[in-house]
Amino acid sequence: MADLTTNFIGIKSPNPFWLASAPPTDKEYNVRRAFEAGWGGVVWKTLGEEGPPVVNVNGPRYGAIYGGDRRLIGLNNIELITDRPLQQNLREIKAVKRDYPNHAVVVSLMVPCEEDAWKAILGPVEETGADGIELNFGCPHGMAERGMGGAVGQVPEYIEMVTRWCKQNTRMPVIVKLTPNITDIRKPAEAAYRGGGDAVSLINTINSITSVNLDTFAPEPTIDGWGAHGGYCGPAVKPIALNMVAEIARNPETANLPISGIGGVSNWRDAAEFMALGAGNVQVCTAAMTYGFKIVQEMISGLSQYMDEHEMTSTSEIVGRAVPNAKNWQDLNLNYIAKAKIDQDLCIKCGRCFAACEDTSHQAISMSEDRVFEVMDDECVACNLCALVCPVENCISLDAQAPGTIDERTGKVVEKEYANWTTHPNNPIGEMFELTTPDE
Amino acid sequence: MPNDMQTSGIADHRLTPSDYADNFTDLHAPLTDHEALVAADRCYFCHDAPCMDACPTSIDIPLFIRQISTGTADAAANTIFSQNILGGMCARVCPTETLCEEVCVRETAEGKPVLIGQLQRYATDGMMGRAHPFKRAADTGNRIAVVGAGPAGLACAHRLSMNGHAVTVFDARAKGGGLNEFGIAAYKAVDGFAQTEVEWLLSIGGIEVKYDSPLGSGLSIDDLKADYEAVFLGIGLGGVNALRADGEDKDNVVDAVDFIEGLRQASDMGTVAVGRHVVVIGGGMTAVDAAVQSKLLGADEVTMVYRRGKERMSASEFEQELATSKGVRIIYNAAPVRLTGNGAAQAVEFAHTHTVDGKLENTGETFTVTADQVFKAIGQTLDGAPDGLELTGGKIKVNEVGQTSDPAIWAGGDCASGGDDLTVTAVAEGRDAAEAINNKLTAEG
Ligand SMILES: Cc1cc2nc3c(=O)[nH]c(=O)nc-3n(C[C@H](O)[C@H](O)[C@H](O)COP(=O)(O)OP(=O)(O)OC[C@H]3O[C@@H](n4cnc5c(N)ncnc54)[C@H](O)[C@@H]3O)c2cc1C
Ligand SMILES: Cc1cc2nc3c(=O)[nH]c(=O)nc-3n(C[C@H](O)[C@H](O)[C@H](O)COP(=O)(O)O)c2cc1C
Ligand code: SF4
Repeated sequence: MADLTTNFIGIKSPNPFWLASAPPTDKEYNVRRAFEAGWGGVVWKTLGEEGPPVVNVNGPRYGAIYGGDRRLIGLNNIELITDRPLQQNLREIKAVKRDYPNHAVVVSLMVPCEEDAWKAILGPVEETGADGIELNFGCPHGMAERGMGGAVGQVPEYIEMVTRWCKQNTRMPVIVKLTPNITDIRKPAEAAYRGGGDAVSLINTINSITSVNLDTFAPEPTIDGWGAHGGYCGPAVKPIALNMVAEIARNPETANLPISGIGGVSNWRDAAEFMALGAGNVQVCTAAMTYGFKIVQEMISGLSQYMDEHEMTSTSEIVGRAVPNAKNWQDLNLNYIAKAKIDQDLCIKCGRCFAACEDTSHQAISMSEDRVFEVMDDECVACNLCALVCPVENCISLDAQAPGTIDERTGKVVEKEYANWTTHPNNPIGEMFELTTPDE
Repeated sequence: MPNDMQTSGIADHRLTPSDYADNFTDLHAPLTDHEALVAADRCYFCHDAPCMDACPTSIDIPLFIRQISTGTADAAANTIFSQNILGGMCARVCPTETLCEEVCVRETAEGKPVLIGQLQRYATDGMMGRAHPFKRAADTGNRIAVVGAGPAGLACAHRLSMNGHAVTVFDARAKGGGLNEFGIAAYKAVDGFAQTEVEWLLSIGGIEVKYDSPLGSGLSIDDLKADYEAVFLGIGLGGVNALRADGEDKDNVVDAVDFIEGLRQASDMGTVAVGRHVVVIGGGMTAVDAAVQSKLLGADEVTMVYRRGKERMSASEFEQELATSKGVRIIYNAAPVRLTGNGAAQAVEFAHTHTVDGKLENTGETFTVTADQVFKAIGQTLDGAPDGLELTGGKIKVNEVGQTSDPAIWAGGDCASGGDDLTVTAVAEGRDAAEAINNKLTAEG
């Protein structure tokens, strides 16, 4: 069993699996049970400033998107930050941290965009003995309308300013949680870095409406006839989150900025993928809310098996391993030629590959009268669609053509040398690339 | 003229070699990777899952299934083996339809449970023949004797060894595995799985097995008590119940367990002789297995006769259906009166039965079934238990952790009181007794 102990910006935890700031971490009762179940750390549900707490809706606050067999693949919520009194949360954080000194306890914060408001809350949080703070610049609903959360997260200057205030007023490490509801995720990350942030965490939830009731003509979830957009999370958002994490890890300006990966992490493999793209650890919300705290056991055993199989002794060996291979499109090798191949022994003759290719792609699959489906190499562009729609695993493969052979589609020899778009003869500005690159 | 199904009397080679091969192949073929993923995907990962409660060894079923679905079958196997070191055999022989799968919420909702047993096999098969997954704790210096290398004894020995004790296992026979090797239906444990599993289990080290070493002749319980810190008895049920019907001692009237043992040890099923007309008397797993395997060996007509109704039969619904699907005729509510025939049995006369005021009585009406071979399968009995141990219900009396009336002796599996006579129950009892022995020895220092 591999050692999963993780050190994230100086915060140690028995494993890299933290619970994200959300209902699972909203109170002492939950967090104690989470630690007993095996979670390595928590980011406490976002605290607001002293005074009467926020008020949540009292009707449904979630909407869901299902896959087949009612598997929950996307969750939408219109919940606000904690609706429990600040002092009570602080007392509970202190008690939990005292009893779990080796687990990570980070406190998520969201107060108005004024230095005094931030100063006022940092002291009491520090008092609890918590390991760090996370600045919630992400919540897309409710709080944003009050000039907090997502409203701050969409303005890099504010992020930089608030991060700097926090760094100047506390010795605790500061994690800046980013909203995905922005065009270029690198900008807020750069701002957090400039402000002195120790790390960024992402993603928070994505603006969304899960569905519309076609009898009442109201968005779901519907509160007394009306609905509001909420934040989307769960397995469905993982690809978006992975890309955003990679964007930050690949950006030379933030290459050294630690990342806590969030968004759809449901099992060890999701976690390892985030880590490979640069996340030092991961945070989980929806998977725990769907299946309970126990799922962390699978994450622990799975990551441990993976590390043992790859003879890794520390989770840090996974972190960033895929970053050098995550490129821009223009860097990809256009001389790499593949062709789809259908394994006739595995084929069950459903014809989905044919429909996909014939109707919507390159008419590169033939169908005989007795339902034999074959790829025509002189038409196949290796787009992969047939393989993806095929219900049988490994039935359709994409095989690389050996250099020196002829690509039947183009009639050209498959070149061994790497060549990308910047040097391609069809690129109208290809020469410019060549001209400008050396000068830069 | 070679033999065929209609050859009268008892005969071997009734079928062709390829028929035997087909008939005795795996009851359930192993799941392919894709099938396993589809099956695993149906698990809801229930909270405080009912299946876990229904498993006598309390395997964390939702966890191991989730581990399969995320591509970590080895981790799944670990989850299984940490509770049940014979998880491989249990995956094959457990009557899951009356255990974990019976209470699966998918069974409740759709009448189609998650295929827990087959998924368990998928996970555990990958570990066989590989390095043993568990390490022994530091040597404690304690020596413990285990009598019987069946599921109970093996599970006990393994857990004791894991806890750092040195174990010596004594078994009367020349091979280990107990009924896994000699009793379980051939189509449930193909390709010598029982021995593969024993070898793999013992590869943890720290366990010495002495075969051909029966307790009783030359080896007394007092010797064991003198030489070892504790003794565990997992001797199963060596005796069989008598029919108490006239003519029981005729030729060709045999104990079903002996017949099954013979066919389990045969390297070529064609050499196993079976009657043209076979009658099996009894209603448990042994009866079903004798009946089904007779049919698979080429018996022309196999009739299984049980003295009570279908619902009282201890063989599960699934087992009964398996029997009828293979062509076995099951007659309920009938008890044997006499076996007729000159020297060898030729027919069995049965009386119909009914229950009057809770008591089973003959109705007075009788019928006769032709028989060249009669198998008795009306229950096994305790045989060879050391004198002086308190018994209850014909079994060695044990408390909830397996301790007998002699505080230095533990017992588990079929020979001990409590629990069903199942492989998985034997494993649970052996394991728990090992933990109890470990606790006692640790406390004594
Ligand atoms: C025909 C048949 C089919 C069955 N099918 C199933 C099934 O499909 N599923 C299921 O769950 N259960 C089944 N069972 C029940 C299951 O096999 C038993 O519950 C299980 O094997 C009990 O394990 P055990 O270790 O207590 O005893 P056993 O498996 O009987 O092992 C006892 C061991 O002790 C040894 N021994 C006995 N006396 C002595 C002595 N004096 N000295 C030394 N060694 C001794 C024996 O040689 C043997 O190795 C079946 C039983 C039978 C008979
Ligand atoms: C009901 C709910 C409430 C949430 N509340 C907060 C919050 O108070 N603060 C915060 O930073 N993120 C909050 N989040 C966002 C999560 O922390 C997390 O970033 C997001 O759900 C993506 O992770 P997931 O796909 O694992 O759920 C909330 C999410 C949900 C579902
Ligand atoms: S999950 Fe709990 S709080 Fe929410 S609606 Fe159901 S019972 Fe009520």
